[in-house]
Amino acid sequence: MRTALIGTTALMMGLLAASAANAADLKIGLSAEPSALDPHYHNLVPNNAMAKHAFNTLVEQDENQRLEPGLATSWKALDDTTWEFKLRKGVKFSDGSPFTAKDVVFSICRVPNVPNSPSAFTIYMKSIESMETPDDMTVVVKTATPYPLLPTDLSTIQVIAAETGTFSGPLVFKKSGCEGVTAYPSTEDFNSGKAMIGTGPFKFKEFVKGDRIVMTKNADYWGDKAAWDTVTFKPIPSDGPRVAALLAGDVDFIENPPSQDLPRLKSDKNVRIVDGLSNRVIYVALNSGPAVHPGLKGVDKNPLADPKVRKALSLAIDRKTIDARIMNGQAEPAGQLISPGLFGHNNDIKVDPYDPKKAKALLAEAGFPNGFEITLGSPNDRYMNDEKVTQAIAQYWTRIGVKTNVDAVTKSVFFSRRGKKEFAAYLAGWGAGTGEASSPLKSLVACRDKDKGFGTTNYAEYCNKQMDATLTEALATIDDAKREKLLQKAMAEVMADTGMVPVHFEKTPWAMKKSITYKARVDQQTMAQDIRPAK
Amino acid sequence: MGYVINRLLQASLVIAAMAVLVFVGVYAIGNPVDMLISPEADQAEIEATIIRMGLDKPLWQQFLTFVNGALHGDLGTSFIYNEPAVRLILDSFPATLELALAAILIAIVIGIPLGVIAGLKPNGVLGRSIMSVSILGFSLPTFWVGMMFIMLFAVHLGWLPSTGRGETVEVFGIKWSFLTGDGLAHLILPAINLALFKTSLVIRLARAGTREVMMQDYIKFARAKGLSEPRVILVHMLKNMMIPVVTVLGLEFGSVVAFAVVTETVFSWPGIGKLLISSIVHLDRPVIVAYLMLTVMLFVTINFLVDMIYAILDPRVRRKESA
Repeated sequence: MRTALIGTTALMMGLLAASAANAADLKIGLSAEPSALDPHYHNLVPNNAMAKHAFNTLVEQDENQRLEPGLATSWKALDDTTWEFKLRKGVKFSDGSPFTAKDVVFSICRVPNVPNSPSAFTIYMKSIESMETPDDMTVVVKTATPYPLLPTDLSTIQVIAAETGTFSGPLVFKKSGCEGVTAYPSTEDFNSGKAMIGTGPFKFKEFVKGDRIVMTKNADYWGDKAAWDTVTFKPIPSDGPRVAALLAGDVDFIENPPSQDLPRLKSDKNVRIVDGLSNRVIYVALNSGPAVHPGLKGVDKNPLADPKVRKALSLAIDRKTIDARIMNGQAEPAGQLISPGLFGHNNDIKVDPYDPKKAKALLAEAGFPNGFEITLGSPNDRYMNDEKVTQAIAQYWTRIGVKTNVDAVTKSVFFSRRGKKEFAAYLAGWGAGTGEASSPLKSLVACRDKDKGFGTTNYAEYCNKQMDATLTEALATIDDAKREKLLQKAMAEVMADTGMVPVHFEKTPWAMKKSITYKARVDQQTMAQDIRPAK
Repeated sequence: MGYVINRLLQASLVIAAMAVLVFVGVYAIGNPVDMLISPEADQAEIEATIIRMGLDKPLWQQFLTFVNGALHGDLGTSFIYNEPAVRLILDSFPATLELALAAILIAIVIGIPLGVIAGLKPNGVLGRSIMSVSILGFSLPTFWVGMMFIMLFAVHLGWLPSTGRGETVEVFGIKWSFLTGDGLAHLILPAINLALFKTSLVIRLARAGTREVMMQDYIKFARAKGLSEPRVILVHMLKNMMIPVVTVLGLEFGSVVAFAVVTETVFSWPGIGKLLISSIVHLDRPVIVAYLMLTVMLFVTINFLVDMIYAILDPRVRRKESA
């Protein structure tokens, strides 16, 4: 057995060494396949990550989602509602044509014109009232109200080549629909490669749906050039086969190795694991509406409406043990809704300690000395070990006298039931797409308000007017430092009220052969340009 | 002729009944918009998407739209890929077809000789061993065997690739793997994995068939006529023994194509099974419905064809029905 093992290891090392000799080719095993190569079609992590290989945005996000110059070298607010973007000079598209302001306007004009988009990018451009191009290298954008997130929003819209459209006159941006364009490239044009003309570090080569996407190096790229001549992306959605593909040397790099395989992969001499904190918080939402939710038993008023009960439920959870035992170290205890290092994280907010005694005392103080019965909902295939974490929380709660039943179902069923407010309490996750604190605050805990776009994912009827006011003020403050302070204040207001019970921030792992390395990203995206040979 | 019309009517009834079942069943699960839309989207955007997908309409109205489209050959457009569901399925169908054909070929080439041997010498050591091994083929779960194949042949020995389809060559506008060395290497493991169950089945059918036919009077007569043993077996026995094998293989071919799901998932084979799984995960209803409807039609067609072939192979069926 032992010799067999040594033999196998030697053989694998040989295999890995053999593929390393071919250093300029990289094969990546993806955990999810992009639904299209069209960068404006589907706002989803796999699509957005793939788009960044062939395209750029005006403003880019670094590995901590802080903004950095992209196709715009600088941007500033001329006044509260006017923004000026200075474009990068000398940038060429993959077909050799020069990049100008027209491409920027054309790209934003196309966003609402993508037929049947399952998740449109229009949310990132609807603040724009007008766009002007005083010269080829300047774009001036006006918003109706002060809107500090404009550069962040524009960091999600990829710039495509204007030449892929057809025009009847000069291109003019109009909020109601741009003038001068007769046709935009179709999603099919991108999937076939016809419209895959971008400024990014790679050029499109081949897309075989379900099997592979192949890109080659853009030798004329304006930024740091990629280390690979050819990159092949292979979608391998099943966890086991994806790990096997890495071990067999069929791919050099995989995303999302399952956490139960990590100890084994870490002990493998030929494999490197890179991980980093993600922008995703796993939380428990507690229905704090006025009525007693049917998921609660043994009570005649809603205990969750009382901040003391919510605090008790938070103190009852031993986050450190959950992260060590269930998450295999792939998580960090959370005391708020945005990960450390991201814009708006409040260092003064501490993670709730594990204190069952105090939790019981708080329950008694709130008038529930004998606890109550509750059903805790959760998906069982959406977040890392989601069902196991839910079961652990249920046991912790039961220990302080709150008898907890777990209702874990597949994600498609979970999300539609959650939408119907069928859970008195549920575990879910939130990735801050914008990389800053207004994203979770606005969607998860703000009072539901369709007109303001607040509380879209607030299915727990939580409402805190004070926090809403602070958040509204923050969202109208252009000055970054002032806005960050306000967001931190809003976060403190929610947590003081235990408006939500944060559990942990997920860490994202990547596994690769030893000869290469990766810079972990909080947005969980895999980007071949950031995969480098290890020194 | 009455026989053919009768069978065709039955087939259409089955398809109509399945359409209702499939549509109602699939549309009862979850809400696709929750799965598709970015969590950052606001209420207005979510509502716009629901309307765009026609999900705001009552179920019966959505069903009528579907039936109307289906009668015109359009089984809906994928929510995720924005392509006709039928085209998505047909695009990935050749990969599955290739895998299924390879598996059936393996099952026939290995299964029939082994089954005949086991049937001729049912009590010999060889016959008994063949039967014992075939039990393994029945009882080992496909996904487990697939993973073991990958562990052994791809990870440990490094002989064969573990995932994907490899290089393909285009013939008649369809991409085939088996014509390139790389593609063939990618095909071997999944094909054997998929063939395992069917091979065992063929062995058992061939054995039973052989034993039954060998006892018939016409075999005794052939021997009495002084025909050589190979001729008795290869001509007189084999031809008669093949009838049940053809029937079952015909039916099983449908199941191999439709349920290659497990093998395709384990080996990341880009066929319709992999498409189905990802459509279920993302609640891409039109693709799930189209897949199930096409599967129903496939089964109905194969059943129909088997009935026809049966009539050709066995003159008694033909005579009885036309009488």
